[in-house]
This record gives sequence, C-alpha cells and structure tokens, in this order.
Amino acid sequence: MDFFPHRHLLGIKGLNERDITGLLDLADEAVKISRQREKKTSTLRGLTQINLFFEASTRTQSSFELAGKRLGADVMNMSVGNSSVKKGETLIDTAMTLNAMHPDVLVVRHSSAGAAALLAQKVSCSVINAGDGQHEHPTQALLDALTIRRAKGKLSRIIVAICGDVLHSRVARSNILLLNQMGARVRVVAPATLLPSGIADMGAEVYHSMEEGLKDADVVMMLRLQRERMAGAFVPSVREYFRYYGLDAEKLKAAKEDALVMHPGPMNRGVEIASEIADGPQSVIEQQVEMGVAVRMAVMEALLVSQHQGGLNNQGTRA
Amino acid sequence: MTDLVLNNLRILDPSRNLDETGAILIRDGVILAAGSDAAHQGVPEGATVQDCRGLIAVPGLVDARVFVGEPGAEHRETIASAAQAAAVGGITSFIAMPDTDPVIDDIALVEFVMKTARDKAVVNVYPAAALTKGLRGTEMTEFGLLSEAGAVCFTNGREALHDTLVLRRAMTYAREFGMVIALESRDKYLGAGGVMNEGLLASWLGLSGVPREAEIIPLERDLRVAGLTRAAYHAAKISLPESVDAIALAKSRGVNVTSGISINHLSLNENDIGEYRTFFKLTPPLRGEDDRTAMVQALAEGRIDIIVSSHDPQDVDTKRLPFADAADGAIGLETMLAAALRLHHSGEVPLMRLIDALSTRPAQIFGLDAGTLKPGAKADITLIDLDEPWIVSKDAIVSRSKNTPFENARFTGRAVRTYVAGKCVHSL
Repeated sequence: MDFFPHRHLLGIKGLNERDITGLLDLADEAVKISRQREKKTSTLRGLTQINLFFEASTRTQSSFELAGKRLGADVMNMSVGNSSVKKGETLIDTAMTLNAMHPDVLVVRHSSAGAAALLAQKVSCSVINAGDGQHEHPTQALLDALTIRRAKGKLSRIIVAICGDVLHSRVARSNILLLNQMGARVRVVAPATLLPSGIADMGAEVYHSMEEGLKDADVVMMLRLQRERMAGAFVPSVREYFRYYGLDAEKLKAAKEDALVMHPGPMNRGVEIASEIADGPQSVIEQQVEMGVAVRMAVMEALLVSQHQGGLNNQGTRA
Repeated sequence: MTDLVLNNLRILDPSRNLDETGAILIRDGVILAAGSDAAHQGVPEGATVQDCRGLIAVPGLVDARVFVGEPGAEHRETIASAAQAAAVGGITSFIAMPDTDPVIDDIALVEFVMKTARDKAVVNVYPAAALTKGLRGTEMTEFGLLSEAGAVCFTNGREALHDTLVLRRAMTYAREFGMVIALESRDKYLGAGGVMNEGLLASWLGLSGVPREAEIIPLERDLRVAGLTRAAYHAAKISLPESVDAIALAKSRGVNVTSGISINHLSLNENDIGEYRTFFKLTPPLRGEDDRTAMVQALAEGRIDIIVSSHDPQDVDTKRLPFADAADGAIGLETMLAAALRLHHSGEVPLMRLIDALSTRPAQIFGLDAGTLKPGAKADITLIDLDEPWIVSKDAIVSRSKNTPFENARFTGRAVRTYVAGKCVHSL
C-alpha cells in the first residue's frame, strides 16, 4: 500500500477514504496468507507486540495475537482485568512499565473512553485501540467493511442498518464513521432509550421500527445488548426486546433478499438475534471473524512498516 | 503603619458607582479618601506617594467559591498557598469551601481555618461551613454556633443536597441566623454517571452525558423551598440560561435568591474538552457555546449576580486518568480576573458590572467587610493594568496544583498590585 500517514490507530475518526481503502486492500492480501498452508511471514520479524487488555475479551485478543504471530512478531499478552487497583492508575502505571520494555506496538482495550488516546501520549510506540469504553473500536469497523466489500464488491451507496444498543456501542460509532466516509447510507434502528443524544446529526437515519429500518437494506448489522441493560433499565424485558428488535426471519424479510446479516459477537441468541438467522444462509458472522485477523494484520503492517520504511521514527518524525 | 497615597489612577468603585481619575489615601490600613477630590485634601506629611498612572484601582476582588486542600489534602493546596495564588490574581478575600478532610462542620474546624488564615494567609479567608454533617445531606450542622465562630455561609460544597425535607428544615432553621445557604444543584439520578454536557459531542466521545434538566429541576425545587421557608438562597454555580430564567421567575415571586457562575462557564465551552482533556472536566459540565454567550449576557444584565473562580486544585493522580475516571475541577484564583477582562475587552460586559460581580456584589451577598473603596473601608485594593498582555505559563503558577484550563492562554490585563488592609501582598 501507499504510505500510511498515521502513527497510531485510535479510531476511525481521522482516517480518510484513501487510508481506509489502503487498509482494506492490504487486508485482502492478508486473507490470502491466512488461507495458505504456510501462514507465517516475516513482515514484522524482530518486532514486539503487547496486547494490553483491561477488559476481558477472548475473541479480539486472540485475533490480535494471531495477526501478530502470522506477521512474525513476538506477541505478549497482558490481561490486567479489573483488579483491586484503580483502573486509571493501572493504565498509566502499566503503560509506563511496558514502555520500558521497548514494544513496537501496544494493542489496548479499556473500559474508559479515551484510554487509548491517553496511553498514546505516554508511550513511545504505536498504539492500536482495541476498544475504549463507548468510544471507538476501529478494527471492528474495518473488519465489518472488509466483510461487506468482499460480499458486495463496494461500500459506496449500499444501505447498512445498524440495529440495537447504539447508545453503549463503540462498534456502532466506528461503523457510522467508516461507512459515512466510504459513501454508504447508514441507518440506526433501536428503541429511543438505546440511542445516543444527537444521533440524527451523527450521519445516520433514525428508525424505531425494524420493518421500516430494514426496508431495502443491503446489510443488517446487529449489536449486542448487555445483560444488565435488559431487565427494566433501558428496555422492559428480554421478551419485549426480542419481539420488537430481535432479528428473526419475519423481520429480515423487509431487507433485500441477499442482505448480509452481521454481528460483532459475542451473540445473545434469542435476545437480539434468532438462532436460525445467526446460522442461516445470509449470516456472515463467521466470515467476520476470519476478516478480523486479516484486518488486524493489515493495520499492524501499515503502522509498523510505514514507521520503518516510509520513515516515521519513534517520535513520529522522519528519522 | 505609615500613610500611603496611590496617585493618578482611575478609580472604579461599584459600591458608589464611581469611575473617575484621582487618588487613594490610606492610613493604618484604612481608606481615608478615594476619588478625584482625594488629592485636594493634600498629601499627609511623611506619606509614601506612588504614581500609578495608567492603572485602575478597584475594590479588592472577592471570590465566594474556593476549594482548598487544608485540612487533609495539603499536597494539593494549603490555605496559605491558596491565599498567595489569590493575591496574584488580585483577590483580597475568598470564601473557603468546607469540602476538606475532615469536613468543616464543627466549631473547632471553623476556628482552625480562621486561625490558619490569620497566621499564614496573605489575604482574608472566610470559612463556609457545611450545611449538613460530613456533607452527607442528612443532619444539619450547628448553624448558630458555627456562624458565631466565623462561618460566613452554609453550603453543601461539591455535594448537591438531594433530600428535600432536610433542605426545608435547614433553610427554615438558617433563616433565624440570617445566613445565606449556597448550593449547587445536580439531580443525582438524572445526571448519574454523566461526565460531560449531554449532546452530540459527548455521544461521539462515547462519554455519558449530563442533561440540562439535571441542573434545572433541582434548582427549581430549591427555589420553591426557599420561597416556602423565606430563606436567603444562593445558587452557587449555574451554567444554563434556563437556570437564570428560573431564578428570575422566583425573584418575581419574592424569593430571596442570588446567583453565581464560575469564570470557566463564562470563558469556555464543551468543545474545549477536545480529545478527553481532563482539565476541562468540571461540575456543572462545560456547556455549548450558545449557553456560554447567553450566560455572559445574563451577567452583563445583572441577572447573574457574581463570578466565582470555583478554584479546585487537583493533582496528577486525580487528573491524569481516562476522562470519565478523572476528578472534576480546575484552579482559577490566578486567572479569574484576566479571563473576566476578556469580557470587557470584547465589549460584552461593562467594566463596572464586571468589578461589581467580582467584588462588591459577593461582599454584599455574604456580608463581608470588602467590596468598596468608601472612606473608612479597609484598604483592600487591586490595581489593574487593563492592557498588559501576558501568557499563562504552567511554571509561573503559584498554586500548588497546576490543573488550569487556561494553560498557554493569551490574556490582556491583570492585577499588577494587590493590597490587603493597606499592605502590598502582590506586586509585579
């Protein structure tokens, strides 16, 4: 790809169409590598990747781990979890400790919005945001885009309906940003209690009914509804939520016949999505997992190789 | 003490609506005369005469809302260090909030603050006492004894008061002692978990929002209770034009109410938070630009009575955190005047009204011996150079904490000399 002009990947915000297209093209190549028998390359040989997860996440962490290993990096996992130490103290203190070990890239997940950005100010290596609170989850949006692009051949002018708990979702925010940047039409479908304030100005058409929101959609993207938000706090009950917003065969009929069904996982079957749909012919949920590894390979290659060759040194200036 | 004459300056005294060129005569820490005719009285023999051409003399500024770290968090700020910072900012009197450890809810603690202030502070420090024990919002403190000991008002500090019955009884009881109750209003349910102004910006940042109603609803409740009890109520830190309207409406019903706003809410808006800058995390949260300009106008019209710094020193350990986890608050003693002068330079607020809101009016509301240059008044005087350009530098901050939202800000005008009872406590 062309020179990737960023030192960190903290969010989709700040990326332009060219950056995104470049990453997706690179990820297409990575898909080929992952499908070979010999999956290991030497792109990042000698470099160190540390996965720093303050929030438990099996799939994202293993996806990043595999991506690093396939590129030949040395990968270390740090699962900090929610220990008795205050989260914030752990963040900066741990970051400084790890920084002293000279990693080349830090992959961070944290429960607070802005945590990845804060960390990026304090360390001297590249930082990849693997999810910060309710802010952004850029690699998820990129893998969703890759999945869509491979199935539909393009991103521009397709209709994507993002359904469910948009309020608490970093996945939704990153997707709205990316899809708008690439010229797609974005809709959000949710009860009003699960939509953020100002949503109508965020680049999405707002719907409160699945039938209307899914009409003629090319992609139906479901979001996970956290268990603690189901019983009375944001929606009255699981059965009421499923009745109006859970994706089942009936509701899916409103979308285009060949509409893709997506979910960032982990799924709550019978809450936001019926099993028959999750496992049905329109579902690309498994492909999303595969694309996840490819996209993360692409992001690390873009960040680290452009730093080495294209010429950013650790201070972010030309060496 | 010898006599002092400050000569050839512009004298601006909101307590007499006086704006003229003249002199100020000071003897033994008391103003003998201040005005154009003061010079005609002749210079007393042996007096020190200072030519103050180009400067403006105003009554020493009075800051009615200052959080200090003493006792309990002296690493953030002591009474002495806050007083030093105040002097630099042209503030000659401030009211110290009771949010300390232990909370100022007992006579001995009020006396401790008074004694420490007397011994170590270069400006006048007045203690505000906790309205409820431990600021817990359940039991009222000893209003009578605390006011006798020197407390100048009652407040629940940073904590809003949630129990309406406690509020009613406290207001009813405080009325007997003629004490002002100063409260911040924040609905603990509606604003729960919120860390910035609710709206598009918070949504993009993935931060929980505080809706406007979380300020307005409890304020309207407080105003109703103030009306019911006929207590003197001070809305300590409002941030929204709807709050100004609610107060105006209550006044029209005869409620004894005054209001204050922090300089931050007159100078900054939510966009300043940028990418999670925690020095801009405040209570109430910074609002939109439309709100800020509406509040500036309300201040100019006198519908907001006073400006406070809401000086709230925080350390690295409470601020260098992800935004939602960081403490609220910003320091402000040293920058309040300069930030306020921006409103004068922009033509939005007349200088007389600004000084009134920064000195005369707060002294009147809280019954302090300050806020005037009348003959016979204590010689608390701030000399301002309206046109001096300066830049806020972190290294030059006198306060023990450095959490200023105005770092590297360019200001025009500042206090060049500060006198407390005729004694110079700050000079550039």
